[in-house]
Amino acid sequence: MRPFHTDKNKFDKNKDANGDTMSDVTDATTAKNAPTPDDALRISDSKASGPVLAADGTPLKKSLKRALRAQKLRALALIAPLLIFILITFIAPIGDMLFRSVENQIVSSTLQNTVVELEDWDPAGADIPGEPTFEALYWDLFLAAEAKEHTKLGTRLNYEETGVSSLFRGVGRGIDDFGEDQVEALEDFDPVWEDEMFWYTLMSGGDGAEQNSRHLSAARERLTTLTTDDFIGSAGFVPGAEISELLPRTISEYSTFALFTVFADEDVVAEEEPWEAVKVSLIQELTSGVDLAGYSGPGAAELRAAQDMLADQPAIDFKQAFLDDDEDWADPGLWETIKLYSPPFTTGYFLKAVDLQKTVGGVEAVPDGEKIYGTLFKRTLFMSMVIMGSCILLGYPIAWILANLPVRTANLLLILVLLPFWTSLLVRTSAWKVMLQQQGVINDILVWLGMIADDSRLVMINNQFGTIVAMTHILLPFMILPMYSVMQTIPQTYLRAAKSLGATNWTAFWRVYFPQSIPGIGAGSILVFILSIGYYITPEIVGGTTGTFISNRIAYHISSSLNWGLAAALGSILLAAVLILYWAYDKIVGIDNVKLG
Amino acid sequence: MATYTLTHVEKKPLSFSVPVLAAAGAFAGLFIGTAQGSGPIGFVGGAVMLALLGLVCLTALSNDKEKIARWLILLGMAAAGYAFGALPGLVVGALFGWFFGWFIYWIGEGRYRANLVPYLTPGQVLWHYSFRVICGMIFFFLITPIVVVMPLSFNAENFFTFTPEMLRFDPAGYSLKHYRDFFNSPDWQQALWNSVTIAPVATLLSVTFGTLAAIGLSSEHVPFKRAIMAILISPMIVPLIISAAGMYFFYSRLGLQGTYWGVVLAHAALGIPFVIITVTATLVGFDRSLTRAAANMGANPVTTFFRVQMPLILPGVISGGLFAFITSFDEVVVVLFVGSAGQKTLPWQMFIGLREQISPTILAVATILVSLSILLLATVEVLRRRSERLRGMSPG
Repeated sequence: MRPFHTDKNKFDKNKDANGDTMSDVTDATTAKNAPTPDDALRISDSKASGPVLAADGTPLKKSLKRALRAQKLRALALIAPLLIFILITFIAPIGDMLFRSVENQIVSSTLQNTVVELEDWDPAGADIPGEPTFEALYWDLFLAAEAKEHTKLGTRLNYEETGVSSLFRGVGRGIDDFGEDQVEALEDFDPVWEDEMFWYTLMSGGDGAEQNSRHLSAARERLTTLTTDDFIGSAGFVPGAEISELLPRTISEYSTFALFTVFADEDVVAEEEPWEAVKVSLIQELTSGVDLAGYSGPGAAELRAAQDMLADQPAIDFKQAFLDDDEDWADPGLWETIKLYSPPFTTGYFLKAVDLQKTVGGVEAVPDGEKIYGTLFKRTLFMSMVIMGSCILLGYPIAWILANLPVRTANLLLILVLLPFWTSLLVRTSAWKVMLQQQGVINDILVWLGMIADDSRLVMINNQFGTIVAMTHILLPFMILPMYSVMQTIPQTYLRAAKSLGATNWTAFWRVYFPQSIPGIGAGSILVFILSIGYYITPEIVGGTTGTFISNRIAYHISSSLNWGLAAALGSILLAAVLILYWAYDKIVGIDNVKLG
Repeated sequence: MATYTLTHVEKKPLSFSVPVLAAAGAFAGLFIGTAQGSGPIGFVGGAVMLALLGLVCLTALSNDKEKIARWLILLGMAAAGYAFGALPGLVVGALFGWFFGWFIYWIGEGRYRANLVPYLTPGQVLWHYSFRVICGMIFFFLITPIVVVMPLSFNAENFFTFTPEMLRFDPAGYSLKHYRDFFNSPDWQQALWNSVTIAPVATLLSVTFGTLAAIGLSSEHVPFKRAIMAILISPMIVPLIISAAGMYFFYSRLGLQGTYWGVVLAHAALGIPFVIITVTATLVGFDRSLTRAAANMGANPVTTFFRVQMPLILPGVISGGLFAFITSFDEVVVVLFVGSAGQKTLPWQMFIGLREQISPTILAVATILVSLSILLLATVEVLRRRSERLRGMSPG
């Protein structure tokens, strides 16, 4: 209010100074009983003789606009803290969940080389990928196993194809021994290959040699992508320029090893013997016929000798090594899965959430026996409908009687509705557990009355019936309160008028009263429906296996199966349904018309 | 009971009263009969007994002897009940006696028409009372589960149902055992302590932010008002499991998952819609000329807010705060995911109790919580009345 107010003060104070124009305004405002802020605007519009001026000489219209803008900004400034708070604590988490439902970076970040190799592989062909892909897989999995990331990827891919998890865990144990024969031959031939200092000098090119940090930064990026830790800082090692040209693969592996040693293991590079992948990469490069003739840096003689020796050794067969570890690596289905899920984003979770699956040939329905989510969504909708229906049936008479009784009696009875509304959800759920159990209150009474035999007690809990009864009770106040507030506004005289005009009781109700109470039914129904399709606690406790909702499945995927992507996809679908209803509620009832208590 | 009557009350002919009473007796007798072993005998016996009672009462014991007759019926039925089923039988019998004593005269003397308009047909009268009975049954459905929990919490056994001792009103069947469990178990005490430390802080956050924003929203010139409102109300609409999932993912990224502040922030977000709704509703009736008057008399905005606006909207703010408090105090889904074992709240502990090891201590906690909610309900009701009175005072 205040900025607007000061303007008006100024305006009044300077009234004399501005003569004629001002007095018009005063006349106009005094002529009416209640001056409104926009009087001045109207007057300035109606006067042809030029705009009305405010105290500082600006046109009043402009001045008013400025005042309104200030007011608007002040209102926004009051709202802003809460809006930011909600955006950070609530909307951002929801956004994060939506993001997780399509995010799939783990495959491409763990199998960085393999994914590139697989781009050219055609899953429709009969063959599994060739040696280069397996070699790439070796580099990827070796590092992943060192960083203990391979099990995460295994778990991820296991959601798509069972058995992958144990496959990855197994290869993580065995991958150190791949190329074992060649590495042992190298070490037996010259023990210098087991010497950490020799390796360090060879790779860094010796003191004062020209350096090239390209491979080091590539390795840094590779590790950052893999582990999401940052590997920033001095590694105490920079590759030599000459050796980098000559043996790029080895340098790259050694750089990765160096960074990992320094930042993850917190050791000194020069004091650690390189891991097997470095030696394997050297063997690979030496046997692939690299020309060492021009090399004169440290370890030149050892390299040449090793190359000559390795010429007699069989080449390392990565594919065979993987197949020896586990013959499942020859399964084309596995490779299809890896290729299908290699992009950083996937629709796979959403497809799964609606009982579809990705295959090489496109999207297909999953086999009949595995369709669970469709059933679950249908059940959630069906049970929410039933709960909504029973809430309408039970709530309508109550709302009617509350609206038609004398106010004092109605207020007393309203307490009976509000008390459950205010009582803890868990109290009500536990109360229903007490009531509905086989050894519970209702069964005991029925047995006592002799209506059922002691040995044939009714099963009323851990099934759909239990969930529906308990949730109807819990959500009933949410139906009664909106209905009641609508029915309060319907004059009772309408019914009497209808009857006096000859309508029967039923016609009077059905043609006169009921149509007017529909907004209340609508508001209550949407509210109850929205609340019930997302319910978790009550179905979890009284629902057993047949009475659970989609929410229970979401919770299961978050806390037990840890398939967060699928949980997020199921959650997104549920959220979309709720938002549509929310939108409808806003259209029909208006969010600002929600009343509590 | 109204002091005046709409319709002239006149005595009904016996040809109407006796069959009606017999039917009612048959209905009640059926239950007693099945409970005692034979439905048909109870059915016939009840009908005959009530028909006779009605006949005697309405002919010989009418008018000034009514009071005596009703006491006689009450005592007689109580004695019969005691003979059949000891103490519980006595109580049930007395209740039946009280009811039928009243019912016989209510039907026989035609008192049931007293508060109804004269032109109603008998069918309409029947429907009127059937409707009342239906409504009564729904109210019964609403309130019974909550009421049943209370006596059960004094159970001396670890059962979730009434033991024979309890039904015999034997003092040995009752004990404060479960309350002692609650107050002595470190688990429950830790949970209580967590709830008590989390809920007020969350409430404070939501009330502070929420009240400011509601005041901002109540101004007429807010752009995107509807969209802002929709965002601010959304925590109430979005299913808790989705909020919980999102918060779990996002708060783990921020390192808030499993911390006290993580839970407090989450609960504050969930409580905000309630504060917004109640405070906005209060502000609708707020007379803006009061703040203008204050400003006119030289008060700065802060003084105006605390001395003029705040006292008037305080009832709304407090009841919004109570809603936010109960939301946080009752909340279990979000805390289950966002919290860790160190933030185990009372509802969480109850949830574990219900799902895994079922212990009747839960019922003691439930009774305490129901008492708490009755207290809160009363407070909110008083505040609402006060708010209405204040609104009536302001010249709007």
